[in-house]
Amino acid sequence: MFKTVWKKMIGLGLVAMLSATALVGCSSETTTENKTDNKKEQAAETTLDKIKERGKLVVGVKYDLNLFGLKNPQTGEVEGFDIDIAKGLAKKILGDENKIELKEVTSKTRIPMLNNGEIDAIIATMTITEERKKEVDFSDVYFMAGQSLLVKKDSNINSVKDVNKKGVTVLTAKGSTSAQNIRAKAPEATVLEFENYAEAFTALKAGQGDALTTDNALLFGMAKQDPNFRVVDETFSEEPYGIAVRKGDKELLDVINEYLKEIKANGEYDKIYEKWIGEKPKQ
Amino acid sequence: MLDYSILIEHWDMYMQGFANTLKASVLALIGSFAIGTVMAVFRIAPIRPLNWIGAAYVEFIRNIPLILIVFVFFVGLPAIGIRFDSFTAGTLGLTVYTAAFIAEVIRAGILAVPKGQMEAARSSGLTYLQAMWYVILPQAVKIVIPPMGNQFINLVKNSSVLGVIAGLDLMYFGDLISSETFVTFDVYIFVALFYLLLTIPLSLGVGALERRLAKSR
Amino acid sequence: MDFVGAYAPAHLKFLLEGFVVTLEVAFLSIFFSFLIGIIIGVLRYSRIPFLSPVLAVGVETIRNLPLLLIIFFTYFALPEVGVKLDKFYAAILALVIFESAMLSEIVRSGLNSIEKGQIEAARSSGLTYTQTLWHIVLPQALRRMVPPIVGQFISLLKDTSLAVVIALPELMNHAQIINGQNVNYVIPIFLLVAVMYFVVNYSLSLVSRRLEHKHS
Repeated sequence: MFKTVWKKMIGLGLVAMLSATALVGCSSETTTENKTDNKKEQAAETTLDKIKERGKLVVGVKYDLNLFGLKNPQTGEVEGFDIDIAKGLAKKILGDENKIELKEVTSKTRIPMLNNGEIDAIIATMTITEERKKEVDFSDVYFMAGQSLLVKKDSNINSVKDVNKKGVTVLTAKGSTSAQNIRAKAPEATVLEFENYAEAFTALKAGQGDALTTDNALLFGMAKQDPNFRVVDETFSEEPYGIAVRKGDKELLDVINEYLKEIKANGEYDKIYEKWIGEKPKQ
Repeated sequence: MLDYSILIEHWDMYMQGFANTLKASVLALIGSFAIGTVMAVFRIAPIRPLNWIGAAYVEFIRNIPLILIVFVFFVGLPAIGIRFDSFTAGTLGLTVYTAAFIAEVIRAGILAVPKGQMEAARSSGLTYLQAMWYVILPQAVKIVIPPMGNQFINLVKNSSVLGVIAGLDLMYFGDLISSETFVTFDVYIFVALFYLLLTIPLSLGVGALERRLAKSR
Repeated sequence: MDFVGAYAPAHLKFLLEGFVVTLEVAFLSIFFSFLIGIIIGVLRYSRIPFLSPVLAVGVETIRNLPLLLIIFFTYFALPEVGVKLDKFYAAILALVIFESAMLSEIVRSGLNSIEKGQIEAARSSGLTYTQTLWHIVLPQALRRMVPPIVGQFISLLKDTSLAVVIALPELMNHAQIINGQNVNYVIPIFLLVAVMYFVVNYSLSLVSRRLEHKHS
């Protein structure tokens, strides 16, 4: 632990200087100077080169979603559909599925983390949208989900119409497409947004809302975790998931798309799908 | 240059958040003043078990994070059937937390009133509670006004934890606007300005009060 | 409530891992905010033209903002202007910015509490301003500042829990992950987490009290 503390101390020297100068009010010159220096060095290097150089793929995944990306406190391991896809990608690029580092993202933090350079790619149940395409580049669709509702077993909510009433509270996560969709589909309902789905689900369990809305794939995971809840049959949107990379990372994106084609052709994708979702993917 | 359209287009959200931040802060101030006064009197009352209760409350609450207390009200108590909505849970959490600090402020205020006064009041026939209420507390209040002002400033700042439990305050709406528009820098600057609108006048007021009190002594 | 399930060995280990991160973040933030706090405090005390007023405005602005907002700012907003930090450093930067502003005020009022007569005496015995500050004023002031500074460190340790909003894997974050598994874990886990914070912070405050007695 102390070794890492010292390493971090050195890194922090910079941070501290930055904050000191920020307080003095003359930070702009120093930071931009550093930035241009770094840019020059890295200009020739693509993300794919960097991944190969460091021998490790860094992927942002969810830690709070059963079936897709869940950190198991019993083992400390992160497991799920997205994780298996990520490991396969590491194998494709580096020849070893263990040459991977997983970092926790939330719907809100994932784009900033990618653009920060903290992670190389996002594999975190991320719906491909036009708005997000302005921020990041997406791979081909790797999972097709649809938005639905998670409710108490004995709830009389069976459709999005049933929540479009005054006094009904629907929970979801900030920065997700689900929040925008539900506002459009159920304008009468009160929508409360949390930092992530774990907080939202905890709030639902605590009775702080009547339903939780997001993609059915995630809701199935939650219902599996806590059998007091069920997923409403109806889906009211199409949510195609893609793998996101920084804008312009064409080399990496090409490898990802090639990889997705490969696993779909050789049956590996079906295996992962069945392992987590419990059925064969619909064609 | 800041993008003011983001302020104008979402004006209603900023205003709702601002009003709720103010509301939570004021309600929590009243609540924590009440609990804080009781705890302060407990700590100095000549009854041992009350001293212990007062000390335990203050020492325990002061040394744990506010967000933990807020989570207890929001997701902890519902597990045993006691439920509050997000705004209420947040405000109650703020109240319980701040009361521990206010108890210390009031205790210091009471202790600053010369001991002889309590003795004099008691010997003139008042009970302990009467002496406390009519003689000691009114004098203590004067001493505690500036530090109470500081606690109120802290309350306004701390009320931002409501944002974490969807408490509909300024932080919550600011965060919401930024995640919907993908504009973070400008949105947070506007949120900061709204907080400063509350805290800076309070700070200046407290500073002026402190200087006046220092002079009159 | 399920105390046995909540306190399973794997959960305890998981919470401890989170606590290590909490302590790491707190330790590093304390170190840097202490240094910066002293520097800013001394600079403001010295009344340097232009610099001191600028610092005053900066410190007052930061002191009057919620720390949570500063955390959001360093993590989500700074990348927009080209300063990119991962969670760990973004949390520390936010804490350092906020706490060094708070500490600089403690340092400044500690310095102001030293009688002017002492400074004049030191100056007239031939010491320079810097020497007077370094050898006479600062050591005495620091002693008087011990209790409020320890108090500020306690706040800082508690405040690290706010980094839960950027999913920093510290104690609160790990507690919430365990809570997510089963509603019946929530109260036992919160109780344990509260005790963990309490033990460290209360010990700190006891140390501070002992130091106070020693010096008075």
